[in-house]
Amino acid sequence: MTVTTTAYRPALLVLEARARAYARTWLIPTVTTVVAPLLFLAAMGLGLGGLVDRRGAADLAGGSYLAFLAPGLLAASAMQAGVQESAWPVRLGVHWQKTYVAALTTPLAPRDLVDGHLLWVALRLLAGAAAFAVAAVVLGAADPAGAALAVGPGVLTGLAVAAPVAAWTVTLERDHRLIALIRFGVTPLFLFSGTFFPIAQLPGPLRAVAAATPLWHGVELARAAAVARPPALPAAVHLAYLAAWIVGGWLVARHTFARRLIR
Amino acid sequence: MSDVIEARGLVKRFGAFTAVDGIDVRVGRGEAFGFLGPNGAGKSSTMRMIGAVSPPTAGHLRVLGRDPATDGPAIRRRLGVVPQEDMLDTELTVAENLLIHGRYFGLPVRDLRPRIARLLDFVQLADRAGDRVEPLSGGMKRRLVIARALLNDPELLLLDEPTTGLDPQARHLVWDRLYRLKQQGVTLVLTTHYMDEAEQLCDRLVVMDAGRIVAEGSPRDLVAAHATREVLELRFPPGGRNGELAALEGIADRVEELPDRVLLYTADAERAAAAVTARGLRPDGVVVRRSTLEDVFLRLTGRSLVE
Ligand SMILES: Nc1ncnc2c1ncn2[C@@H]1O[C@H](COP(=O)(O)OP(=O)(O)OP(=O)(O)O)[C@@H](O)[C@H]1O
Ligand SMILES: [Mg+2]
Repeated sequence: MTVTTTAYRPALLVLEARARAYARTWLIPTVTTVVAPLLFLAAMGLGLGGLVDRRGAADLAGGSYLAFLAPGLLAASAMQAGVQESAWPVRLGVHWQKTYVAALTTPLAPRDLVDGHLLWVALRLLAGAAAFAVAAVVLGAADPAGAALAVGPGVLTGLAVAAPVAAWTVTLERDHRLIALIRFGVTPLFLFSGTFFPIAQLPGPLRAVAAATPLWHGVELARAAAVARPPALPAAVHLAYLAAWIVGGWLVARHTFARRLIR
Repeated sequence: MSDVIEARGLVKRFGAFTAVDGIDVRVGRGEAFGFLGPNGAGKSSTMRMIGAVSPPTAGHLRVLGRDPATDGPAIRRRLGVVPQEDMLDTELTVAENLLIHGRYFGLPVRDLRPRIARLLDFVQLADRAGDRVEPLSGGMKRRLVIARALLNDPELLLLDEPTTGLDPQARHLVWDRLYRLKQQGVTLVLTTHYMDEAEQLCDRLVVMDAGRIVAEGSPRDLVAAHATREVLELRFPPGGRNGELAALEGIADRVEELPDRVLLYTADAERAAAAVTARGLRPDGVVVRRSTLEDVFLRLTGRSLVE
């Protein structure tokens, strides 16, 4: 019996492993990352939107609340998915079942786990954002071209939180901080980063905080793409800001994974 | 041919704590080598360094002729590892766990499928291939981990407590499989808390204590060097032992006091037993037996093998 190996890239093998595991247990993660945001869009956009539109909100630049909300919600759900999809698999792989630790007995290195993990998260985000975009079109919240254009900013927003969350989660030995982050970090971010209303309505200091979050930049980009409205800052600035979080988080994750797993 | 494992002055520190304190180990090709030692002795730390997943703090280490510090992936490609913890994906099936792990080696799926079937046969799990791992018994999971370690057809198999938690039948199955692998030329390195396992499987072993090697040799040599030929085991009623210990003075070469029994080391245990009776002592239980590795272990580490 001889070992035959084909040419491969280790990170892609990690990506493949995640896909194989997902194929087995896809139902619940799919429901939480795709169906839940759609319920939000229907309830808030159609229900609440009806009230808002009747009063004629000036900030919506003539469009409907539904059209305002849809790209924001696309980015915000990508942010949420980015946290969930990044945190729990890392927790599971490193601390609970330790399948990531077992993977390191093969030729893989910690950086391959990071790269493969983030690639997988990117695919999940892409699928989630695309599903959301289709639904937005069906609900009449966006035109097809605009909805398709908003997918990119959505994926970038998700990755901008997924990378630093992976980097941080691997350093945790217990759950409580992660739960605190989700409860007291993600939820306010979801509500106050321009998703449901423009951050101009926030008081000054809070506005600065919102503007520093990756989500606000993602929302601005997604909205600019979906409703052809100029973003708050030049698009390149928003993109660069998201890219900084992605690349920064990714490099730190390579470092923290190695420190936690190689000892 | 060069040694499969060559370690000199190997040290592992975690912060200020020294887990492995300068050990020398050589393991030749095809050999079965064991690490014995009480909890915390540094066995797993050593295994992880050999497995190229934990960088040594100091010392010289070569595995399969290569340096783990620089050639980790190349070494791990040729290793099979049974870690102390199973580390299985319990949501997935038995076969899926193996497929995913095999893919990490870059092995093509079409080669892996028949290999997985063969390995599941080998560890007698073929009928569970499509079952989720979660409800499997501890012994089945352990056998699955052993199958996982064989996916890449390793030259060197590192087994950290391969049979802990297994029932006697499952342990014998594992021993038989490991023996067959040895016959095929696979080098085995294992840790264990079971002296019968060490005696069954190991050509040579070391006893570790507090990060150091305190004895080395074949099981038979170790018994000859560190224990008397026979042992007399006495059981006294709980609490009523103090006077008796003094009364045993001079009967044996050495007396070892355990929580549940007293061991008398002597060349002739029958005669010692007669002497105990002659002194008017009435233990609850008397056992005459030959010395084993467990006695060596007790002597060297002051602790029993299974804690
Ligand atoms: N990652 C780590 N960080 C800090 N200390 C560690 C780490 N790994 C092991 N140790 C310590 O090193 C010592 C040796 O541990 P090791 O796991 O090598 O022992 P062992 O001989 O395998 O014990 P056991 O029989 O219980 O498995 C222990 O005191 C342990 O607490
Ligand atoms: Mg151990």
